[in-house]
Amino acid sequence: MGYFIGLIVVLTGLWLGLSGLYKTLILSLGVVSIILSTILAYRFDILDREGSPYGRLPQLISYWAWLVVEIFKANWVVVKACLRAQLDINPALVKLKTCCESDLARTVFANSITLTPGTVSVTIEGDKILVHALYEEEAHPEAFEEMDRRSRAASDGGRA
Amino acid sequence: MTEIMGILMQIKPVLGAFLCLVGGVLAIIGTVGVLRFPDFYSRLHAASVIDTSAATLAIIGMMLLAPTWLIVFKLGVVWLFLFLTGPTSSHALANAAHTAGVEPLIGRRNGDDEGADS
Amino acid sequence: MIGAAALAFVIAIALMLIRALYGPTLYDRVLAVNSLGTKIILLLGVMGFLLGRPDFLDISVLYALINFVATIAILKFFRYRSFQVPLIRKSGDRQ
Repeated sequence: MGYFIGLIVVLTGLWLGLSGLYKTLILSLGVVSIILSTILAYRFDILDREGSPYGRLPQLISYWAWLVVEIFKANWVVVKACLRAQLDINPALVKLKTCCESDLARTVFANSITLTPGTVSVTIEGDKILVHALYEEEAHPEAFEEMDRRSRAASDGGRA
Repeated sequence: MTEIMGILMQIKPVLGAFLCLVGGVLAIIGTVGVLRFPDFYSRLHAASVIDTSAATLAIIGMMLLAPTWLIVFKLGVVWLFLFLTGPTSSHALANAAHTAGVEPLIGRRNGDDEGADS
Repeated sequence: MIGAAALAFVIAIALMLIRALYGPTLYDRVLAVNSLGTKIILLLGVMGFLLGRPDFLDISVLYALINFVATIAILKFFRYRSFQVPLIRKSGDRQ
C-alpha cells in the first residue's frame, strides 16, 4: 500500500510541476491520467520495492550527491585523454565481485559504474560484474570498494 | 544583505550563460573523443562525458537563467531523466555489443593510429 | 554568450553526425545517435532561452523520453530480430 501512495504522490508532483496551468478542466484531466497510470502500473505488476523505491529516498539522494562529486573527478581524466595530442589510452576488462545482495542494490551499483566516465559495466552474472575501463591502472578492484559499500548502504540499509 | 543580493542578481545571467558555454565546449570535447578513439568500447567512455558533465553544467546554467520556478523544476526533471536513462542505454549498448561478439582492444595504445578503425 | 553556447552544441552535433554516418559497426551508429539525442535535448533548452521562449523545455522533456525508448528498441530489435520477445524476467529466478 505504501508503494501505491508513493507512486501517486510522485505522479501528482510531476504532473503539477510540468503542467503549469491550473484550471478545473485541465486539473481533472490530470487526475484521470494519474488514476489511469496507477491502474496500469498495478496491472503490469511492477509496484514493488524496485518499481517505487521512494521509501529510501533520503539515503538514495545523499548517495547521489556523493556520486556527482565522484563523477566530476573522473570526468577530468577522460577529458584529458580526449584532448591529448598523442592518443594514449590503456583499455582493460576487469572482473569485479560485489557484496550487494538485492537486485536494487546491484542495479544502483552497476549504474553508478556506468555513470562514472572511464568505466562501463558490460555484463552482470550473479554477483560478478565485468567492467570495461579506459585506464587499467585506475580500475583495480579496490577502487570500486567504497562505491560498492555506499550503494549497498543506500539501497539496502544496514551497516555501511 | 540587500546589496549582496543585488550583485548576485546582476551576476546570475552572466554566470548562467558562461556555464552553458562550458557545457557546449565539453560536448565538443566529448565528440572529439568519440571521433578519435580507436574502438567501440572506448568511444562509449567519451560519450559518457557528454551525458554527465556537459548535461549537468548546461542545465545548471539554464537554471540560473530561468525566469520562473516552474522552469527550474522542468530542467530538474530533464536532468533526472538524463541521469537515469544515460547509464541504462550505455549499459544496454555495451551488453549488446559484448553479446554480439565485438571484441574490445586491450592494452596500451599510443601514437597516432587514429584512422585504424577496427 | 548564450548564442556561443548554442553554436558550440551545433558544432558538436555536426561532428557527431560524422561518426553516425561513418561508424564501422552498428553499435557505433547507435551510440552516435544516442548521444546526438542528448545534445539535441540540451540545444533545445538553450535555443528556448536564446529566443526568450522557455516553453521549448516541454519538447526537450519529451525528446529525452523518446530518445531512451528508441535506443532500447533498436538494440532489442537487432539482438532478437523481433519486438515480440518479452524483456521482463520471470519472478523467482533471481540471477
